[in-house]
Amino acid sequence: MAGIPHDHYEPNSNGEKWLHSRLPIVGLLYDTLMIPTPKNLNWMWIWGIVLTFTLVLQIVTGIVLVMHYVPHVDMAFQSVEHIMRNVNGGHMIRYFHMNGASLFFFAVYLHIFRGLYYGSYKAPREVTWIIGMLIYVLMMGTAFMGYVLPWGQMSFHGTAVITGLFGAIPFIGESVQVWLLGTPNGAIDQPALNRFFSLHYLLPFVIAGLVAVHIWAFHTTGNNNPTGVEVRRTSKEDAAKDTLPFWPYFVIKDLFALGIIMALFMAVVGFMPNYLGHPDNYIPANPLATPSHIVPEWYFLPFYAILRAFDQEVWLVIAVNWLSFGIIDAKFFGVIAMFGAIVVMALAPWLDTSSVRSGRYRPMFKWWFWLLVVDFIVLMWVGARPAEGIYPYIALLGSTYWFAYFLVILPLLGVIEKPMTPPATIEDDFNAHYAPDDAGSTTLAKPAE
Amino acid sequence: MFRKLTLTAATALALTTGQAIAAEVETHIEDFAFSFEGPFGSYDQMQLQRGLQVYTEICSACHGMELIPFRTLHDEGGPALPEDQVRAYAEGFEIFDPTLFDGEGDFRPATPADHFPASSLSNAPDLSLMAKARAGFHGPYGTGISQFVNGMGGAEYIASLLTGYEEEPECALEGEPMDGYYNVAFAAGGFPDSCKDDHGKHKVPGSWISMAPPLYGDDVDYADGHSTELHHVAEDVSAFLMWTAEPKMMARKQAGLTGVLFLTVLSVLLYLTNKRLWAPHKKKKH
Amino acid sequence: MSHADENPGTRRDFLYYATAGAGAVLTGAAVWPLVNQMNPSADVLALASIRVDVGAVDPGTQITVLWQGKPVFIRARTQEEIEEARAVPLSDLPDQGAENANLGDEAEATDENRALSEDGVWLVQMGVCTHLGCVPLGDGAGDFHGWFCPCHGSHYDTAGRIRKGPAPRNLPVPVASFVDETTIQLG
Repeated sequence: MAGIPHDHYEPNSNGEKWLHSRLPIVGLLYDTLMIPTPKNLNWMWIWGIVLTFTLVLQIVTGIVLVMHYVPHVDMAFQSVEHIMRNVNGGHMIRYFHMNGASLFFFAVYLHIFRGLYYGSYKAPREVTWIIGMLIYVLMMGTAFMGYVLPWGQMSFHGTAVITGLFGAIPFIGESVQVWLLGTPNGAIDQPALNRFFSLHYLLPFVIAGLVAVHIWAFHTTGNNNPTGVEVRRTSKEDAAKDTLPFWPYFVIKDLFALGIIMALFMAVVGFMPNYLGHPDNYIPANPLATPSHIVPEWYFLPFYAILRAFDQEVWLVIAVNWLSFGIIDAKFFGVIAMFGAIVVMALAPWLDTSSVRSGRYRPMFKWWFWLLVVDFIVLMWVGARPAEGIYPYIALLGSTYWFAYFLVILPLLGVIEKPMTPPATIEDDFNAHYAPDDAGSTTLAKPAE
Repeated sequence: MFRKLTLTAATALALTTGQAIAAEVETHIEDFAFSFEGPFGSYDQMQLQRGLQVYTEICSACHGMELIPFRTLHDEGGPALPEDQVRAYAEGFEIFDPTLFDGEGDFRPATPADHFPASSLSNAPDLSLMAKARAGFHGPYGTGISQFVNGMGGAEYIASLLTGYEEEPECALEGEPMDGYYNVAFAAGGFPDSCKDDHGKHKVPGSWISMAPPLYGDDVDYADGHSTELHHVAEDVSAFLMWTAEPKMMARKQAGLTGVLFLTVLSVLLYLTNKRLWAPHKKKKH
Repeated sequence: MSHADENPGTRRDFLYYATAGAGAVLTGAAVWPLVNQMNPSADVLALASIRVDVGAVDPGTQITVLWQGKPVFIRARTQEEIEEARAVPLSDLPDQGAENANLGDEAEATDENRALSEDGVWLVQMGVCTHLGCVPLGDGAGDFHGWFCPCHGSHYDTAGRIRKGPAPRNLPVPVASFVDETTIQLG
């Protein structure tokens, strides 16, 4: 593996050599764990570990839940209640899984916005970024299908809305919807529940695979860091001045952060496990009655707001509708906008023209970035509001800014902004905060010293 | 047929609009002080037993609780009825057993392993999960922050609903007579146009519910001598329904508290470890 | 240990051990629920004990009830059946153990050790042949007027003890007791 020069694993004993010549797995683990990591990483670089942990948490609790869950329309709801009431510790396992989804998205949003601020998406880390976006999309699919499984009112009618989005695709939409749901009239029934269950079980393992590739990619390019300055690769000695090995320095740091986050998570699970859920999902699915209040889970709300923002009153929608001879109606436009909002984010590496990577040294960019954060929160809030009164205007304004940020502001800023000069090396940045490292160029962890 | 489905989806989307109106209906939810609130709150055993009595004597005429096994009435932290009382209570219900009568099925008295019967009226919802299927507190402005402070308020909602029957407002008498009963805590029911202003905004809180007032006060005789005022009876049955909806609440809070404390200790240890580990590399600037 | 002579190395090691120890305890605490959830759940355990009304069972008749997915024979024996069973010397029995879950492993297969009631009327036993798991025929079937398994021809006597045929053991007696005069609790 190319990358930052550092000491690699050398098998010593005969046993190690025997294994290493056949399967260099110890070497792989060693190189992964001891990877040189920029020593100036701040607290926003903890989310990767939190996310990895959450993925494991979700897979483990999920496998356990499947031992008791029944994917049948007549029994799904009861089997979840069986878990809540009869299975030993089942209520905790289910609440962990349920709130784990929220923790997952909470962490992934902070992870993504960290990447956006420090320019982690910029060359040469485009592949890491794209894979991350793929993981994010798969997470959304997995979360949605998982929400269907308890077969409550929100599960059922939420499925109607989401699969209805695919029905909006011109010409093939209806066939796609029939194919997704497995019923000739697009009814949501046993086939949908069964296949969503299957996919909900499968996709997390696909995500786990992509996470491995995600890590592989940034271990090849090296981590980004708050300065956006690359680790020196001129020699092992130079690299060692900019970095410390992942173990133990960053593992312990990340575990500390994970401990705090898990304590907060435990408080949510223990004291308010249904706060982020919706009461209607404790009513068994009933095709004859729609809940008065269909709202997606909080983590979908910003994109839900974008979906709804473009109604037939918006001149852009009218224009597109006219130009496409009516093929793209308001509903389909909304669907395009929702997926487009993620696509433009995925294209950030090519839309950002700035020569400086980190937002820390970009005076104008900072303002626009924080406005994007505010925009995201506003969209999340407005996504839960009714589409009436002033709310559609706020949603439209918010959606417009989202697209403008990626399509207009990022390309333009690179031209008009005059960035500050980042430090020459990571070591310089580190030494600006701390006295020079007299522990020497430590590449080996010797905590006992 | 297909068009219909697409329409459903479209309506569902549009319903977020309609819903909004429902959500904007002002309701009066009283913040009852239940014993199980807060991180250390626990169910009041006597209150749950009184609530069970109210459910049995009044609610169960129409409503069922098919997710609740009788045996759980014996559970510690719940009503904790003695085993023989649970058995006697269960025998008061007849259930259909498909294994009897050579596989044709027959009715037999229930045993503790059986569940409460389902609702006997089709429009009377099952009460097993009612306290989690309704939220008493919303907002402000759709943020749900009030729930962060007050909790979901499922039990408060039920108690407020049971005590929320009031005289029909005068504006309702002007138009067509309404079906059902006026209730200030109920948001999802019918509402007369004569009580809306020009913008469609409701002039009075609540709406019309089809359930007749089930409690009037002095509806039951409590063996423990507790007050049988409407307010108290409603409170008792709401607490009981909170227990049926979340029987493991005590175990959950205990696990939560232990987890938080232990993780905090571990975090402190990890903080110190981390600090010590980095100390040689992060010297204070002189 | 006073602060002055504290060895910094020891203190550091202690911190590392304490952290690792706390982490290990927490991991264990997190793993246990994942293991425990596979143990029988509350609804299954609730069916581990059932009550059977035997008020309608007259001497010389028997009922078969389903308990935890297996048939249980409950027979009210006649005086002749009891006497026939009690007349058999232990040495005639292929399996001399009582096979009674209410008694210890050492109990001998006397009729008194098989019957549920003192007077010997009530006999409660699993309706599963100890040979290969068929359900034996009852009501005086077989050469010994007890039960007979049609699958491979095992004969049980009026106390449910194996007498002839391939079955190795007597029909097991489950945990059972009288709750009142007409109700037997299994389990």
